[in-house]
Amino acid sequence: MPRRRRKEFTFKLLGMVATAIGIVFLGLFFASLIAEGTSAFKQTFLKLDIELSEDVLAPDGELDLAYADFDGLVRTALRAEIPEASGRRDRRELYRIVSVGAAYQLRDLIAQNPDLLGTTQSLWVPASSNVDMLIKGNIDANIEEALRPLSDKQIGWVRQLQDQGRLESRFNRALFTNGDSREPELAGIKGAVMGSVYMLLVTMALSFPIGVAAAIYLEEFAPRNRWSDLIEVNINNLAAVPSIVFGLLGLAVFINWAALPRAAPLVGGLVLTLLTLPVIIIASRAAIKAVPPSIREAALGLGASQTQVVFHHVLPLALPGMLTGAIIGMSRALGESAPLLMIGMVAFIVDVPGSLTDPATALPVQIFLWADSPERAFAERTSAAIIVLLGFLLVMNLTAVILRKRMERKW
Amino acid sequence: MSNHRKSLSLAAIATIGLSLSSAAFAQSGRDYVYIVGSSTVYPFATVVAERFGRGSEFKTPKVESTGSGGGLKLFCDGVGVDYPDVANSSRAIKQSEVDSCAANGVTEIVEVKIGYDGIVFANAIQAETMTLSRADIFLALAKEVPGKAEGELIENPYQTWADVNPDLPAIKIEVLGPPPTSGTRDAFVELAMEGGCKATPWIAALKSSDKNRYKAICHTIREDGRFVEAGENDNLIVQKLQANPDAFGIFGFSFLDQNMEKVKGSLIDGVEPTFDAIADGEYPVSRPLYFYAKKAHVDVIPGLRGFLREFTSERAWGEEGYLSDRGLIPMPDAERKQVATAVRDLTPLSMAAE
Repeated sequence: MPRRRRKEFTFKLLGMVATAIGIVFLGLFFASLIAEGTSAFKQTFLKLDIELSEDVLAPDGELDLAYADFDGLVRTALRAEIPEASGRRDRRELYRIVSVGAAYQLRDLIAQNPDLLGTTQSLWVPASSNVDMLIKGNIDANIEEALRPLSDKQIGWVRQLQDQGRLESRFNRALFTNGDSREPELAGIKGAVMGSVYMLLVTMALSFPIGVAAAIYLEEFAPRNRWSDLIEVNINNLAAVPSIVFGLLGLAVFINWAALPRAAPLVGGLVLTLLTLPVIIIASRAAIKAVPPSIREAALGLGASQTQVVFHHVLPLALPGMLTGAIIGMSRALGESAPLLMIGMVAFIVDVPGSLTDPATALPVQIFLWADSPERAFAERTSAAIIVLLGFLLVMNLTAVILRKRMERKW
Repeated sequence: MSNHRKSLSLAAIATIGLSLSSAAFAQSGRDYVYIVGSSTVYPFATVVAERFGRGSEFKTPKVESTGSGGGLKLFCDGVGVDYPDVANSSRAIKQSEVDSCAANGVTEIVEVKIGYDGIVFANAIQAETMTLSRADIFLALAKEVPGKAEGELIENPYQTWADVNPDLPAIKIEVLGPPPTSGTRDAFVELAMEGGCKATPWIAALKSSDKNRYKAICHTIREDGRFVEAGENDNLIVQKLQANPDAFGIFGFSFLDQNMEKVKGSLIDGVEPTFDAIADGEYPVSRPLYFYAKKAHVDVIPGLRGFLREFTSERAWGEEGYLSDRGLIPMPDAERKQVATAVRDLTPLSMAAE
């Protein structure tokens, strides 16, 4: 008896240690992610008084937005702020304090409101990513000058602007409203999020009806014989196939054979459909199996046809389980990057996709691309994108859990 | 419920129909430049693409990172809107690729050399700066090294840098580098390893007599754990070097440039990997970067001509252009001018010389 007790105690202890290790690693993962990523939700902005001079923007009386010298305006304003920067070298260094995005911001402003031409506007424009990194403490100002991306002079100017209240840390809206960019301070995840949304729409529209139909057929109509056993084994196997294989299949079938465009959310959605179908079929079959046979028998006994039994009774009762399966399948599809690598979605795409055939990336692929960028400000943005992705996954999985809890029936 | 189901499946059918029709539409024209290729050129091509897209009335080009070989394969698959307009490459196009291009109707290719990239052999900033020769690198990393007798090869016995060369510190050899699929690895093997390998006269003699054996000796990296394949992510290598001051990493100059306070490059053959040393060609481990454009697509794909012009403009690839801020080492003035003229005239590549 004491030996059995001891054994039980050891086993319990092992289980507790295993759980604790799991929780500790998860905690470390989240802590490092949040520690690194939250600063990306803020971005340093610089206040400049910019004279939208007609002489500069429209020298021959005509304003051509594509060729107007908005950079020049930003530079003039910056020079007015720091007059002691003289000489070509100093000025070049000075211009690097402000992001190239400032000129784009001016252009958009004038495009929306041409009446502003000739006025002086006080605007908050994004500072360059190196200044942002300095303010956030990711660049150490105390190390040797040659070793850091900002010179002593640049740091001096930044401190001067800071003292004048012209430097401010604000919410980084660009992160959510912009597409990808090679300038960290302008890079956003909107393009990737939209790409993921389009892909999931295609996946949902295809895999849910097909999956549910297949599950109903296999459970309710198909004869039990060797063939149906074979199909069942195959479906279970498919669910465990590494996702990159589906990417290769998609490349061969959808792109090379069906000649669909590379990097399109449509193709991504089709590939993810293949990936989620087995998951949805399995979950749907389990949900159908869970409907007690007494319901079917009662309906059949009252004279309902097989189809009526399925659509009037079994399906409504099994639907919550099926939806849960579908959502879990979708959240797996959302986090997938490997199959998308094969169909050309590892691409730099600035424009936010507007249709199923526009080139697009997906959130996980965007994370992959940012993680590999040399500019250091992308490190925190990578973490921020991961936080957003995890947020989406959490919401989807929570929905699945709530659906199950709400609609589940106990027999 | 059956109504519900019907509408669901209707919606599904509508979606498929819609997407197929819009797919057919997309095939008929493309209003953006489509670029594929090397992940080394990717950071530069994307910057140009973005500046071009924002600064012109054209859409921003799409840049896909496929690797040099994969990119050139896609590029050579044919002429038409379905195929890329530009392929980036961290090496010159091969004759076999030109042939496969020609077989698919891609006959006029414009070669554009854009500048240089240095490959650095770096360690953590707090560690001692190393001065290595290419021969040291070869002896430390090759699978088989020359033995005492001439013509003899032995399994690499060196465990510390001092074993390789008594002038070097007695720390364990531990090098993190890219996997064989990477263009950086190819270039490192060709420039650093082969360069050091040639220092042994009887191996150098093999080059003309038994080319395959020569390559096998010079290009094979040891597999006993002294060289660690650290994946394509250079940021990861930088992080690992910080954590382990005894380790060395192999990566592109742009990552050293961005992480000067964390890592430093070793001197190779007495030359420090600096911007100027690479630009002058003094630093031995540097390679030219290229992109290739299809002449047949110019003026068919909107923006392609403009993109070529932007890439070869002084404000992009010049001495003080925005690409040099990203770590691209510019070519000398005369060479830039020459390439820019060739691009303007769209002079196609002729491989007859080879």
